[in-house]
Amino acid sequence: MNRFVLPLAIFAALIALLGVGLTLNPREVPSPLIGKPAPHFELPQLHEGTKTFTEKDMLGKVWVLNVWASWCVSCREEHPVLLDLAASGVVPLYGLNYKDKREDGLAWLKGMGDPYRLSIYDFDGKVGIDYGVYGVPETYVIDKLGVIRYKRIGPLTREIVKEKVLPLVQELGRA
Amino acid sequence: MLRLLAFLLLAATASWAFAKEAAPAAADPALEQRVMTLSAELRCLVCQNQTIADSNAPLAEDLRNQVREKMRQGISDSQIIDFMVARYGDFVLYRPPLKLTTVLLWFGPLLLLAAGFVVLLRRVLRRRPAPDLEMTAAEKKRARTLLAGNEAEPR
Repeated sequence: MNRFVLPLAIFAALIALLGVGLTLNPREVPSPLIGKPAPHFELPQLHEGTKTFTEKDMLGKVWVLNVWASWCVSCREEHPVLLDLAASGVVPLYGLNYKDKREDGLAWLKGMGDPYRLSIYDFDGKVGIDYGVYGVPETYVIDKLGVIRYKRIGPLTREIVKEKVLPLVQELGRA
Repeated sequence: MLRLLAFLLLAATASWAFAKEAAPAAADPALEQRVMTLSAELRCLVCQNQTIADSNAPLAEDLRNQVREKMRQGISDSQIIDFMVARYGDFVLYRPPLKLTTVLLWFGPLLLLAAGFVVLLRRVLRRRPAPDLEMTAAEKKRARTLLAGNEAEPR
């Protein structure tokens, strides 16, 4: 009987390892941007194309940048969460309209409600590349010094907002 | 009048040619070759098991354009790789770098092979010689009677 113990133990360990692997999401690639200054951008705004907005305008404040697009299906799912977050007034929320047509982006906000203080318009997705965007929607929490402290790939949920985003925003706000 | 017409026609085609240049056309085969070689080293993060050279995802297309643009600016391959890693992390590399966090990835298979060898070696060394299979004279006789079809086995 004894000779089965070792193979069985190895097998159990393998199952445990693979089991843990199954619960991980391969889309969640750790971002190298965490702890680094938010990449610089200066982009036209979505509503007023003649005005620009840059991350430097937000120095001294904790803020959230949410990457969205009218063609993005998960953004639709995420939208009510963002509306609630904006309504709570805890943290300023800015949008980055990623590789969208301006009129489509505007129509989306008109139809579904606009949670953003303002959105910037990244037509060719270059700023998206600088921010390592690959799975819209993506969300960044940026601190008072302009450093990225948190990144979420995929839609925010109420749980994530409650357990991750809000505590982090409060902690950063005190700093 | 004719001159003016010719001028206008030329001006029109010139601007058209200009517009054409903006398209990522394979105007420079050598550059395009370099773009594709480097793109084959980079993972498309949307369709994770494809390189950005293979993938038709919009992001892969954008990243290929970035690579092409940077090469036109005379930026070296390794600098372009650094640019990508700074944004997307090591995961963007199809050949992961050898680091503390990737040691298991690089040497895990070798480790498993070595472990297999150890197990095999121990088994072979521990194997006892097979027991004597020679039949005694009495057993041979019994076998003969059984083979002859004699049911009544002599006891």
